[in-house]
Amino acid sequence: MSRKIIDGMPAPAMGTRLLKGFILLLICAVVIVPFIGIISTSVASPEQVNKAGGFVLFPDSVQWSAYASVLSGGVVTRSLFVSAGITVVGTLLSLTVTSMLGWALSRRSMVGNKFMIMLVLFSLLFTPGMIPTYLMVKQLGMLDSYWALIVPTMVSGFNVIVMRSFFSGIPAELIDAARMDGAGEWQIFRRIALPLSKAVMAVIGLFYAVGYWNSFFNAMLYLSDSAKWPLQLVLRTYVVNGTQLGEADLGALDAVLPPEPSIQMAILVIAIVPILLVYPFLQKHFAKGVMTGAVKG
Amino acid sequence: MSLTKIRPSPPPLEARKDLPIRPKLSLWSRIKRDKLLLFFALPGIALLLTFQYIPLLGNVIAFQDYQPFLGIMHSRWSGFDNFSVIFNGDPAFLNALKNTLIITALQAVFVFPAPILIALLLNSLLSNRIRQIVQSILYLPHFLSWVIVVAVFQQILGGSGMINNYLRANGHDPISIIGNSELFTTVITSQVIWKDTGWATILFLAALAQIDRSLYEASAVDGASRWMQTWHITLPGLRSIIILLFILKLGDSLTVGFEQLVLQQQAVGLGVSEVLDTYVFNNGIIGGAWGVAAAVGLVKGVVGVVLVLLANKLAHFFGEEGVYKS
Repeated sequence: MSRKIIDGMPAPAMGTRLLKGFILLLICAVVIVPFIGIISTSVASPEQVNKAGGFVLFPDSVQWSAYASVLSGGVVTRSLFVSAGITVVGTLLSLTVTSMLGWALSRRSMVGNKFMIMLVLFSLLFTPGMIPTYLMVKQLGMLDSYWALIVPTMVSGFNVIVMRSFFSGIPAELIDAARMDGAGEWQIFRRIALPLSKAVMAVIGLFYAVGYWNSFFNAMLYLSDSAKWPLQLVLRTYVVNGTQLGEADLGALDAVLPPEPSIQMAILVIAIVPILLVYPFLQKHFAKGVMTGAVKG
Repeated sequence: MSLTKIRPSPPPLEARKDLPIRPKLSLWSRIKRDKLLLFFALPGIALLLTFQYIPLLGNVIAFQDYQPFLGIMHSRWSGFDNFSVIFNGDPAFLNALKNTLIITALQAVFVFPAPILIALLLNSLLSNRIRQIVQSILYLPHFLSWVIVVAVFQQILGGSGMINNYLRANGHDPISIIGNSELFTTVITSQVIWKDTGWATILFLAALAQIDRSLYEASAVDGASRWMQTWHITLPGLRSIIILLFILKLGDSLTVGFEQLVLQQQAVGLGVSEVLDTYVFNNGIIGGAWGVAAAVGLVKGVVGVVLVLLANKLAHFFGEEGVYKS
């Protein structure tokens, strides 16, 4: 044996390792460089943006005027509040309903338990299709209402199954002991099940929150009143479709408007930042959950 | 409040989940016994019924000349008239079907293997820290919305994007990528790769970690090279997960990135960007041809379910478990 064995595999040659490093660096750059460019353009000086014809990768100076103009009232500010509201209310409702159903389904003695589990599982296989769902939302009078962005997607069958299998893992002895001590179902849920499930609730809550924050198509489908638009729809109109944001759409500022690309990138950054903020938490919990088996060491 | 308060009557043994339910307990008394649990289940079940199952029945409008002001109850029944776009091969429908299949095929060839390759690469890294950093970076785009991803691509590849700015600054002609209908399928395939490849490595990495380390050690003693180990140990270890994910992909093959495509149709036209889902949207919700749109949606849904069942059979044929066992 000429080569060293590491972890059961022959150690790679120097050339292979360099090649690997290079490929990984390239892949990471493809993901990261766009973000750097977007942030840079949003804070670059108007002169630099105009000179570059749009996209700036390395800003000469940092200016916040693009943020000031989109955040000082107007379309973007309003949509930011709409998105934040929908995300918070939606996530709380989703978590409540999902954990309650998950808990009920984990209690195998409950009457109708098997039937309800089948109901949840089959909802994963069959999707009713866009038109009937739209007609249902319309029938319920939710068109042009914020509820249309929350209620139809409030329960995800997949998350219910995840919650159920977590609750099923709580030792039966624990539940029996509590019952012997006189705890009712409600107390068992609140004092035993919920405190034990903080981590799984956090993960599912974050997934719901990211879903609500990112949802764009439901808003496009159900909200025709542009005053109610969430941020993602504003992003589509003014960034993807390139509609100009006029002074009337922005907050009242005395200064000259920053160049269009800076404003667009500022809106984009505002839409990305909340995801970046929760990302470390999402990461941490993958490490506990899915990834525990995947990280060797 | 008190967990220690003793109830006057201890709960009956029937309520314990590890004991079989005695048949003599009537349904009504079981409902009464479980009323709190049933109350817990109620909101979630009601939502599933309202937005999953009842709309499933709403598909009957596929057999109607549906008029919104008449509603499902009063619209005229029209048999299979709405399905004629499918059976008689309406050109717009055939175009949507063709694009769907092209995009699905491209994704099966280019998107599907990408995370396997990256997972193998990550798995072969010696440093855990570098692996974790790379993973953190690669997972991120999965959590961005399609609106953001499309905007990011425009900023890099669009007319005034990074690449064209660079070309112009160096005296070259700009190249048209975004909005060029010839490159459209390439662009959307790259977008899917950029957004989801990193995230998709999770499952493969988990499967890689399950492979018995002693297999590698034994083969190394026998003089196997890293390539031989990859071919004879690693890839066979991934076989089950690859087949499982391919089945799921097959069952989904008529569904291709609806949000992604709707966002970009304006720029390139329907000729290359119309797929079945956007056809349903454009004809039904925008165009008001409710019955036809519902018919296409219904056929697509049914074919999707059939595809999953077939693919699952196929997996059993290969001696794999597949998604479920009958």
